[in-house]
Amino acid sequence: MSKPEVAIVGIGIHPFGRTPERTGQEQGVYAVRQALKDAGVEWSDVQFAFGGSQAAGAADTMVSKLGLTGLQFINVANGCATGGSALFSAYNTIASGAFELGLAVGYDKHERGAFRVNTRSSGLGDWYGKQGLALTTQFFGMKINRYMQNHDISHNTLAKVSAKAFRNAEHNPNAWRRQPISEEQILESDMLSYPLTKFMFCSPAEGGVALLLARADQAHKYTDTPVYLNAAVVRSRRWGSFEVMAPWLALEDGDGPTVDTSKAAFEMAGIGPDDIDLAQLQDTEAGAEIMHMAENGFCEHGEQERIIQQGETEIGGRFPVNTDGGCLANGEPVGASGLRQVYENVLQLRGSAGKRQVPNDPKVAYTHVYGAPGISGVTILSK
Amino acid sequence: MAEQVAIEEGLFTWPSDDPRLLGSQCQDCGAIIFPMQSGCPRCASDDTKPKELGTRGKLWTWTIQGYPPKSPPYAGDVENFEPFGVGYVEIHDEVKVETRLTTADKDLLKIGMEMELKFIPAYTDDDGNEVITFAFAPVER
Ligand SMILES: [Zn+2]
Repeated sequence: MSKPEVAIVGIGIHPFGRTPERTGQEQGVYAVRQALKDAGVEWSDVQFAFGGSQAAGAADTMVSKLGLTGLQFINVANGCATGGSALFSAYNTIASGAFELGLAVGYDKHERGAFRVNTRSSGLGDWYGKQGLALTTQFFGMKINRYMQNHDISHNTLAKVSAKAFRNAEHNPNAWRRQPISEEQILESDMLSYPLTKFMFCSPAEGGVALLLARADQAHKYTDTPVYLNAAVVRSRRWGSFEVMAPWLALEDGDGPTVDTSKAAFEMAGIGPDDIDLAQLQDTEAGAEIMHMAENGFCEHGEQERIIQQGETEIGGRFPVNTDGGCLANGEPVGASGLRQVYENVLQLRGSAGKRQVPNDPKVAYTHVYGAPGISGVTILSK
Repeated sequence: MAEQVAIEEGLFTWPSDDPRLLGSQCQDCGAIIFPMQSGCPRCASDDTKPKELGTRGKLWTWTIQGYPPKSPPYAGDVENFEPFGVGYVEIHDEVKVETRLTTADKDLLKIGMEMELKFIPAYTDDDGNEVITFAFAPVER
């Protein structure tokens, strides 16, 4: 494995779900204060920050609550990869030698129901939304429908992914939906976008996550359990990929941005998929988790049917996936979602994930986000 | 008097006895995209010309919109919502187009089946006009 230059030395989270008494920004501030406490530092020690939210205002306004210390604070807006982009930027700021201690923060607060798409800002004509095509849920239904036919994935396997998410979340005090739901209930809930039912989809929701990063060679100043960032990569789509909010697709079929991002991350870390002990993979819906297992290189296309039916992605299995309940049980506050995955992996690598701790002392963990308009972010963490 | 109007100018030839979807074709690499735009996302050329697309293709994938979309942007009738089919049709040797389907019956939809272009009413606008959009239907055998 490549020698890490950057470590995560403090983590903070505001519980995901619905918190009517706090604004999105207040949830972000809450997460930052937790991260500071975790690393044993003051806000005035933080030299720079990258932060973002999609629907809850500009992140740099947080300084009015955290303290006007004059630090460099840069807002990040990159759709579903906002958190990953903040982390990537913080990573490079430290790796470049510009600063030694900084923050990546993301939070959000979305209205209820499916994401409302602004077709104009997405570069689409009004006709697209008017005739009922501007729905992210349709993309997910269409992608997994084709995948299931091409690779023999069953409806029951979709249900198993959702059931696992809610079961894992039962032991996560920061998760939103913590009631186990049976496979039968999942399959019989409302069909939102065939073949995906209500309990196979995540909801937008609210929450905040903050991560404090430091130079790897100084990490022990802040914590006894540093977790190193071996790779942080963000990529966008190429010709031939099948993306959300696409009025057309190329005649030729090609790989999505996840495949490129994953390959680049493994190269950066100097390891391969077999070296990963657990993963948090984008599960906007149950099918996404299945497809992303293969797109990230953890199995061949179609192998997921056997792997999931045999329970290998459970917390006690060979390759645990989405140990905190993922987006399915946490919801997806866009600005915070990718950082939640990193937060969970830090807990797991520290061995402090409580009842959902992955056994046998995991040492290397992986996160993956995917979102509109065809963007992906991956991190690889180790201890 | 109420009349039939296209959902957007330049999306398809309208009015016409034989309306066609309007894409653009790159004059350098031949790539076809929909709807029309300047600039080729495949080879980065800026030399594209309008192209009338074919009316037949294969169903590449599909889903059924099972709940009323948020309005706006959706302009259809949310009160009396009926599920509708959505898919990508791979127009032969041209491009995959995202489209409404004329059926929402999952038993009638099979990936790979032959589809043909139709024009359907999408909603009624504030002036009482019937707004027309494109859709694809399974080819009757
Ligand atoms: Zn071209």
